[in-house]
Amino acid sequence: MKKKLLSVLLSTAMVAALLVGCTSEEPVDGGNAPADGGEVSTEDGGAVVEEGKVLNIYCWNEEFKSRVTDHYPDYVEVDGTTGQIGDVTVMWNITPTTDNAYQNNLDSALKGQADAAADDKVDIFLVEADYAGKYVNVDYSMALSDLGITDADLANQYKYTQDVVTDVNGNLKGSSWQGCPGVLIYSRAVAEEVLGTQDPAEVQEYVKDWATFQETAATMKEAGYFMTSSANDTYRVYSNNVTSKWVEDGVVNIDENIMNWVADSKAMVDAGYTNTYDLWSEDWSKGFYPDGKVFCYFGPAWFVDFSMAADAEGSIANAGQWGACSGPQGFFWGGTWMCPATGTDNPTLVKDLILTMTANDDVLKEIVVDDNDFTNSKPVMDAMAADTSYSSKVLGGQNPLGMYCAGVETIDLSNLSDYDQGCNEEFQTAMKGYFEGTYATEEEAIAAFYAAIVIKYPDLTVPQ
Amino acid sequence: MSKTKKGNVVSYNKWGYIFLLPFIIVYVVFQLVPLFNTIWNSLFEYYEAGLNVVGPNFIWFENYKTLFATPDIWKYTANTMIMWIMGFIPQILVSLLLGSWFSDTRLRLKGQAFFKTVIYLPNLIMASAMSMLFFSLFSQSGPINSILMQMKILEEPFDFLYNTLSVRTLVAFMNFLMWFGNTTILLMAGMMGIDASLFEAAEVDGATPGQVFTRITLPLLRPILIYVMITSLIGGLQMFDVPQILTNGKGEPANTSTTLIMLLNRHLFSKNYGMGGALSVALFVLTGILSMIVYKFSNSEE
Amino acid sequence: MASNSSMSLQVEDSKNTGGVKARRVIAYIVLVAISILCLFWFYVLFINSTRSHAEMTAGFQAFPQFKDLRFIKQFITNFSNLMAGTLPIWNGLLNSFIIAGSCALLSTYFSTMTAYAIHAYEFKAKKAVFTFILMVMMIPTQVTALGFVNMIGKMGLMDTFIPLIVPSIAAPATFFYMKQYMDSTLPLAIVEAARIDGSGEVRTFNTIVLPMMKPAIAVQAIFTFVQNWNNYFTPALVIKTNNKKTLPILIAQLRSADWLKFDMGQVYVMIAFSIFPVIVVYLFLSKFIVQGIALGSVKG
Repeated sequence: MKKKLLSVLLSTAMVAALLVGCTSEEPVDGGNAPADGGEVSTEDGGAVVEEGKVLNIYCWNEEFKSRVTDHYPDYVEVDGTTGQIGDVTVMWNITPTTDNAYQNNLDSALKGQADAAADDKVDIFLVEADYAGKYVNVDYSMALSDLGITDADLANQYKYTQDVVTDVNGNLKGSSWQGCPGVLIYSRAVAEEVLGTQDPAEVQEYVKDWATFQETAATMKEAGYFMTSSANDTYRVYSNNVTSKWVEDGVVNIDENIMNWVADSKAMVDAGYTNTYDLWSEDWSKGFYPDGKVFCYFGPAWFVDFSMAADAEGSIANAGQWGACSGPQGFFWGGTWMCPATGTDNPTLVKDLILTMTANDDVLKEIVVDDNDFTNSKPVMDAMAADTSYSSKVLGGQNPLGMYCAGVETIDLSNLSDYDQGCNEEFQTAMKGYFEGTYATEEEAIAAFYAAIVIKYPDLTVPQ
Repeated sequence: MSKTKKGNVVSYNKWGYIFLLPFIIVYVVFQLVPLFNTIWNSLFEYYEAGLNVVGPNFIWFENYKTLFATPDIWKYTANTMIMWIMGFIPQILVSLLLGSWFSDTRLRLKGQAFFKTVIYLPNLIMASAMSMLFFSLFSQSGPINSILMQMKILEEPFDFLYNTLSVRTLVAFMNFLMWFGNTTILLMAGMMGIDASLFEAAEVDGATPGQVFTRITLPLLRPILIYVMITSLIGGLQMFDVPQILTNGKGEPANTSTTLIMLLNRHLFSKNYGMGGALSVALFVLTGILSMIVYKFSNSEE
Repeated sequence: MASNSSMSLQVEDSKNTGGVKARRVIAYIVLVAISILCLFWFYVLFINSTRSHAEMTAGFQAFPQFKDLRFIKQFITNFSNLMAGTLPIWNGLLNSFIIAGSCALLSTYFSTMTAYAIHAYEFKAKKAVFTFILMVMMIPTQVTALGFVNMIGKMGLMDTFIPLIVPSIAAPATFFYMKQYMDSTLPLAIVEAARIDGSGEVRTFNTIVLPMMKPAIAVQAIFTFVQNWNNYFTPALVIKTNNKKTLPILIAQLRSADWLKFDMGQVYVMIAFSIFPVIVVYLFLSKFIVQGIALGSVKG
């Protein structure tokens, strides 16, 4: 065991040394690259000497892959998990998020980074806001400045997207192409039938705060519809409006607003306004089709376009029958950040990928137009919000960007902790037991949550 | 003369050791050392917290204290045993019934080969594929609910996967389905091994089929029954794939289908070597005790 | 008294033949019911893998859509959708095959060798070794998993096939079966005769003993293959890289997140894909396999 600890220490030290090496060399490096290019391969402008032939990207789903496939100029798809950029093979290492699988896999890859062969080294890994801090504040991630990316390159980005991936020393360690302010997405057909209108501004009146939301839910129930597909749909809206962190000084802490979610959701489930499906489950997603009889979902731009089965015939999204309004409270959901991994053997390509995908206004605009994502460039988004020619097909011709632009200003990420992913997941699991009545009381469910969280994060303690 | 012969014997017998070597080496390296490593680890506070490692700090039996202080361990033990029993009882009953039919020469059942093929089939199916299949079939928007609603048995979809009784029943049923074929064939072979003259004698004495079964077949089958029971019990303690995949590792609803190995898997997943070790050792001891009890119990009846 | 008893015997007899008929009918009914219980799930699997997600959400249909061979077309669509996805299923198939195949080979060869060592030779530790192996036969692999993962991590074997293949050399249960089989079918006189003919011990084992053990080896090879083909726990702990994952791990991944974007058609096809090879092999070898289990029990 001592040996193991020693090896961990050693590898950490090595990585640290590597990083220090990188930082001190930075100016030299910056000067070197063009010189190399000029001297060695004049006719071969694109290829930079002595970089790896394999680019390993760690991620948890296909979203980023599809963005790169569609918008990175030189990318050619080979098959589901590999691609080609010039003579570099891109390997997509996809592990699902659930149950910490992605993080566990990434952790072991990063720990082995120092000893891995060049072609096996992690080059880029993606993180979500829920656990960005865990990776940003260690030396496994690389400061963007070490790649030669300057603040000026990223000047158009929304400030909050940079806060998430800035380490305690103020180094920016990742970059995102999207902003994730969320909205309430409702079925136009149901709104028309039950509320007598499908106009976003008028529908908003029916969901403007939680009390009204509940009243509307009762109306929906009478008409034979579920207000939301699952109680978990509203979870993010509550959990983003908390006033304390999930973990304070190593102790698990349940915020008051999270408990409000429990109370409201219990009432809604008991009244039959909603169900308790797990997010991303098949049952949960059946509301994407008219037969699912669901009035609304909550989600950001990526959710609307990427997740609501827009490709599937017969889905509401396919028919462009969703509408969007801001809902009871502002929130954000997800967001994917690209982080360069320390020790990458493809720094030039990594730099170019980050700049192209997250800081090139043309590409970012293209993503909005093609994929209806909300992208990380304030000027582009402001311009497009005002652009009447742009509209979202899924949302039935509505231009939701103004709503997103307003929402993105309110995003407050000061209460993120490194443990959010596991806490959110386990809390929802435990509360489902309470909503369904398997746990008789709230206390029982909370005890179950505590028991689960210390198994998932052995370093945490729970209030006695 | 005799001396050389003796020398020969000795030199032959050293091959016994040589032939044993691969087994012993591999066993020691991949089973025995890990076993001791597990036991050793259980005495330490030792886990990975994200990208950092905490420990190892020697803490004697603290992990065991923590393990047995939480009520969960007992709950999961109970879950495991309940689901095992729910599967094992029908398994042994159906197997005895089918076995006795297959081996009954007077019945002369046709198509035996077909039936045996069919009942053994589920045993070969990946437990993970089987539970994924059952998960899909029994989900609220899945075909089983759809069928039950078409047949007007249900008004609205029933959440089979979030009800303590139905989840446990599903797990038990899958275990039953996967193992009763195997047991049937084992028992059948045992029954065919029983001296036919015993049955004839019983028949002459006017014993009913039921009497023949309870007075002759069962007692003579006892060794095989015990073997089936021990292996099934130990298999039951290892129950993992089926509930894990059926409930996505959560032991839904509310951990009422979480088994001991699922708990172990959670500790292993969060790289908690200390607690994982303590639980492993507890399982090791439990396995030992249970096999011993069953063994003793069956021998004392004699 | 005597006539009385003979009369009752006669009555009993006629009742018996009648009883046999009734019991036969009951047996058939029960057997058919149980067969349906076994096969029903696979039938639903088949039906649903030939339908699109949207069709499935509309409710279950008992028969495939024969019109225009729609069911075949949809199956192909589902399958190609699955192929286009990120689950490396061909790799999974190949990996599962490599691991299960190697395990079957190593396990049977070395278990036979171990059994032979105990069977054919007299040496001091023999009894102790035999008892030891019988004792450890019952230890579940899961209880040593922690130390196992720890150790292969130290040996640098994490994320390789070695820790999934090599341990099968020491398979107590296979050993036990081989030993039982040897006791009844391998007279030591044959070994003696080989020695007199000047055959070396290794050669005797490879050319004489192994061929005689063929039936037992075949049965155990099949079981070891199936067992490893279906194994989920250990590979899930050892394998990290996507392209090295085995089928059970890929199946388990179906349960998480937005893998297939809720296309149940793909899920059913994936399940079918992973159990299909085993079913095909089984249909060819079923008689053999069923006999093999019985064989083990009689000897054991």
